Amino acid sequence: MSETITRAPRRSGPARRVGDVVFSGTSRASALLILVILAGVAIFLTVEALPVFTSGSADITGGEGFFSYVWPLVAGTVIASIIAMVVATPIAVGIALFVSHYASRRIGQTIGFVVDLLAAVPSVVFGMWGMQVFAPKLVPFFGWLEDNLGFLPFFADGSATGRTLLTAALVLAVMILPIITSVSREVFVQTPRLHEEAALALGATKWEMIRTAVIPFGTPGVIGGTMLGLGRALGETMAVAIILSPGPFTWNLIGTGNKTIPSEIALNFPEAAGLRLSELIAAGLVLFALTLAVNLIARWIVDRRSEFSGAN
Amino acid sequence: MEKSDMSKRIDINDLNIFYGAFHAVKDVTMAIEPKTVTAFIGPSGCGKSTFLRTLNRMHEVIPGARVEGEVSIDGRNLYGRGVDPVDVRREVGMVFQRPNPFPTMSIKENVLAGVRLNSKRLSSGAADELAERSLRGANLWNEVKDRLDKPGSSLSGGQQQRLCIARAIAVQPQVLLMDEPCSALDPISTLAIEDLINELKSDYTVVIVTHNMQQAARVSDRTGFFNLEATGQPGQLVEFDDTQRIFNNPAQQATEDYISGRFG
Amino acid sequence: MSTPTQERTTGPRMDHELDHLRGVVPSPVRPAPPHLSLMVLGGAVLATLLLHLALGRSLVLSVVIGYLLYVVGVNVAYRLTAGARVATDHTMRALIYGAFVLAIIPLISLLWTVVENGGATALNPDFLQQTMNGVTGVHDKAYVEDGAPMVGGAYHAIIGTLIITGIAALISIPVGLFTAIYLVEYGGLNRLSRAIRFLVDVMTGIPSIVAGLFAFALFGVLFGVGTKNGVAGAVALSVLMIPTVVRNSEEMLRIVPNELREAALALGVPKWRTIAKVVLPTAASGLASGITLAIARVIGETAPLLVAVGFTRVLNVNPADGPMNNLALYAYYMFTRPLNPGYRDPSIERAWAAAVLLVICVIALNLLARLIAKFFAPKTGS
Repeated sequence: MSETITRAPRRSGPARRVGDVVFSGTSRASALLILVILAGVAIFLTVEALPVFTSGSADITGGEGFFSYVWPLVAGTVIASIIAMVVATPIAVGIALFVSHYASRRIGQTIGFVVDLLAAVPSVVFGMWGMQVFAPKLVPFFGWLEDNLGFLPFFADGSATGRTLLTAALVLAVMILPIITSVSREVFVQTPRLHEEAALALGATKWEMIRTAVIPFGTPGVIGGTMLGLGRALGETMAVAIILSPGPFTWNLIGTGNKTIPSEIALNFPEAAGLRLSELIAAGLVLFALTLAVNLIARWIVDRRSEFSGAN
Repeated sequence: MEKSDMSKRIDINDLNIFYGAFHAVKDVTMAIEPKTVTAFIGPSGCGKSTFLRTLNRMHEVIPGARVEGEVSIDGRNLYGRGVDPVDVRREVGMVFQRPNPFPTMSIKENVLAGVRLNSKRLSSGAADELAERSLRGANLWNEVKDRLDKPGSSLSGGQQQRLCIARAIAVQPQVLLMDEPCSALDPISTLAIEDLINELKSDYTVVIVTHNMQQAARVSDRTGFFNLEATGQPGQLVEFDDTQRIFNNPAQQATEDYISGRFG
Repeated sequence: MSTPTQERTTGPRMDHELDHLRGVVPSPVRPAPPHLSLMVLGGAVLATLLLHLALGRSLVLSVVIGYLLYVVGVNVAYRLTAGARVATDHTMRALIYGAFVLAIIPLISLLWTVVENGGATALNPDFLQQTMNGVTGVHDKAYVEDGAPMVGGAYHAIIGTLIITGIAALISIPVGLFTAIYLVEYGGLNRLSRAIRFLVDVMTGIPSIVAGLFAFALFGVLFGVGTKNGVAGAVALSVLMIPTVVRNSEEMLRIVPNELREAALALGVPKWRTIAKVVLPTAASGLASGITLAIARVIGETAPLLVAVGFTRVLNVNPADGPMNNLALYAYYMFTRPLNPGYRDPSIERAWAAAVLLVICVIALNLLARLIAKFFAPKTGS
């Protein structure tokens, strides 16, 4: 007769070592910390911004309530960022194609390095350069715009210092160029050789091959990169804060005036207190919501197109 | 109307292929008759695919690749002065080892891709007709005629390869090159492609590179055996003859050794 | 299959059946004269020189017009000789090359400006060793008018940069690394992992100033409104650093082949040791490289520190006590609020000097990251 000793089955397999528990626990805790941080950002900002929504309209800067305070800021932010995106994207795609399909490997690596350099320069330095060197160079160009296209409200009155929203937008374009370029380049380089050769074997010129095989493959990636660039531009503070000479909202892009949310916060925060502080934080919250929306849309676009993109 | 038999004949004279300073293939001379199937066999790395690609100047995709010698189709040297490789590739189509339909295009658009590249305008009537004709020519029409708008990548492997063949023949080439067209396919699809090759030869000159000796024996009229003397040496054409002769009674010892599996 | 017969024509261009099909309008490719693009380029360069030297137009304008002439010229020339398709090919090539040149110009201008304006001051040992404590507008006036030596430097800012960035790294590296370990080694595709990946992506999009506001608000709630100190700044920078570290680390850990893990586990090595002794060392160079880049990213951040750290002129080595200065803040304040508004140059010089130091730091870190990735990568079989 055999006696079988039955044991209750263990809940998990091998014995849980202390090391395993500690290690996996720390990892999990770190991951959860991310959740906590993000939630914290939303919560703390909202808490600090609350006074804005509970106090009377007259107490807000400008005397007419939070909405009328913040919308010129939003407009300035969005306009500058969109101009930056529109200017930067074709150039970035061009450079990406140059590196992926036209240049030799050595040159390509050099360009990669140069683009990384551009990305590495701190924004405060861009602001200083923008104001001291770039803005004055643009003044004659603004003059030309005013003379020839002055009937458009955008170019109504050229500034003498060049410290305008358009200048800031162009500097932003230079600043977001690297991220769009590197995302686009990464995606172009991954174009399956097979499809490129298929196009060439059908008798395509180099550009036709790029148009047939590379660009369709890379479009979702490029769009993602562009939106990332837009997100960066929306949140960019120092360059804009230094370049712009603040003033009320105006459609005149080449004249002084206009503000963006980040520059408004940066310029006013150090000396702000009380309700003013809450206003600025509330504006920051609006900015956060804006960039969040842009990033989510970017993901959605990239994910939606991936089924037909040949990533399979 | 039949095309004259003088056309689509390929004459290769003293062809040498270089990648930069590296001599990849040396001294190939052969004549490929029109409307035949010619197969190239040989061990890996012996240069047969490299040689195949010089027939439509696809080797030039790799920087530093060049040839010395002459490849003529219909008496015209593909490497003559002022000849644009783009032009050559209309005459000589190619099908690759792995099927590569354009993933962002529908089946119909895939078939017409080459035609669209080469023409300014394509009337929709001509487009439909050409698509159907090419798909029939590739034995694929019946399977896809109801779903021409679906993406090209939605087909099975064997169907995708036939789609690539349809795409290649839509451009009305004179010659069709196939670089191991069945190596990525299952046996049933392979047989389907082999049957198709037999049909294609009534309209095109077909040149196929294959690793599979039995396939060469089944499908081709003439066979060329490529080999390397030693690693680092250029590949060369050892023997080129009727398929029957190559497989039953080869003239060169190296050919005999390869056929009987002593190496390769 | 019946196709129409055609006459064989002679000539370098092959006659092709496709061209004769009904309903097809061919777009031919003909041979072009050799070096045609070079000739057009020569013409464009001549035009540029003409505009600038003979007609006196500004250099910038002349070059722009010359370039446009080249693009149009190449298109027309090839269209007339080789056909529309070749013309398009060359035009796009010209545009793509042009894009590259366009992007280099601001970078060169920027680097040149930085070096020109701040290079000398940045190398001055006085600048590197002094703070702004006790320096006033009087000193600047003396510098400009009387040629007195420049007083006041960035020592406190340099130290501040090191301290704040150091603390930020101390926070971000463990959190980021362990989160990546969780995602790759433990979580896989479970719900928490997917949520975390999504949130990390969200976090990469947080504007830097919002990160600063968060730190300010957090410390306000914990320690009283208006608390500004070095640690708050470090927390703000961590919010920016952590997502970069997580993403890069995740990728580097993923690259480690599974066979290595399986081999260790099959030998009876516990999971945590497998990660610590096999996976991490294999990924080490990539991880280090990514971390270096993350540091480079935040070392120049100004906005969050403006908000969370405040400003001071004196050296403050206690991050928990009151405002600190750092190179980026220093540059900003010197540039926009000169010590002596009547004599702005010395302050501007100081600002550019700080900028030089920042740019050097950032370039050095980038190079270091590349070197680490290249030289310490595990040697793979060729």
